[in-house]
Amino acid sequence: MHIMEGFLPVKHAIGWGLVTLPFLGYGCTRLAKQMKGDSGTKLMLGASGGFTFILSSLKIPSVTGSCSHPTGTGLGAIVFGPGVAIVMGFVVLVFQALLLAHGGLTTLGANTFSMAIVGSYVAYGVFHLGQSLHISPKISVFFAASLADLATYITTSWQLALAFPDPVSGYLGAAVKFMGIFAVTQIPLAISEGLLTVLVLNLLSQNAPDSLRATLPFTKEA
Amino acid sequence: MKKQNLLLLIAVIVIAVIPLVFIHPTQDAEIFTGSDDQAESMITQIQPDYQPWFQPFWEPPSGEIESLLFALQAAIGAGAIGYVIGVFRGRKQAKGTTA
Repeated sequence: MHIMEGFLPVKHAIGWGLVTLPFLGYGCTRLAKQMKGDSGTKLMLGASGGFTFILSSLKIPSVTGSCSHPTGTGLGAIVFGPGVAIVMGFVVLVFQALLLAHGGLTTLGANTFSMAIVGSYVAYGVFHLGQSLHISPKISVFFAASLADLATYITTSWQLALAFPDPVSGYLGAAVKFMGIFAVTQIPLAISEGLLTVLVLNLLSQNAPDSLRATLPFTKEA
Repeated sequence: MKKQNLLLLIAVIVIAVIPLVFIHPTQDAEIFTGSDDQAESMITQIQPDYQPWFQPFWEPPSGEIESLLFALQAAIGAGAIGYVIGVFRGRKQAKGTTA
């Protein structure tokens, strides 16, 4: 989902940057609010950020014969809401843009939009939809994290299609081409991301202090 | 719960290994390249005259250095999660012995 440095036209780069700013501002206020919480909350923030760091660094082979990576934004969005997860995703993207030449500063807005913003809101929305339909928390978390992962890559495909419409088949044709690269490759990885999110939330919930019972999805039912 | 965690872990490993087992390199095509790079070549295919207008300030000078930094990224994340689970467990145990 990383659009490489300089690979979005100037107008698109600036546009996505502007769209992203208010979300980042909102995220920072949400994060500042959580940072005032007890030490259990702060530790949980560290673990959610760590999860985004690990998952977005793992390039995993897929059935299409290419490699891609999960995003890790679902966990933070489910536990703390989308605002906090947006900031975490943004920090990872800055790390990768500056140190790994993966993504870039000119594409930071677009990449933040797809991975941090769309990913976080999809995870949050799907999880709460599952909860309101009385689907088990574990199944809800699995679908929330998987669909957030997939939605991120579909967003990237559309971002590229808007910037580089196909001369023959237009925006839709280009989107299909980019989704052929991103979305199909991502399906098994999205499943893995869902499973890993359930696994790590299991481990955290088993050991979490009572003060986090209301925040963690798997401790409520116990 | 332990059994469930083990099953989840095995499933993730199986999903990652299946492509490695069933997809083999052919003479004319590289396999398991990054999807980000493939998208980049698709851009140049759709719009051959597109020139990237900005270059990264710094690029890892070799694949080795790049993998070092990716490993560092994963290590930071794993360290954080391991630390948090450890602190949670320790606190729970300490509470159990005093109560």
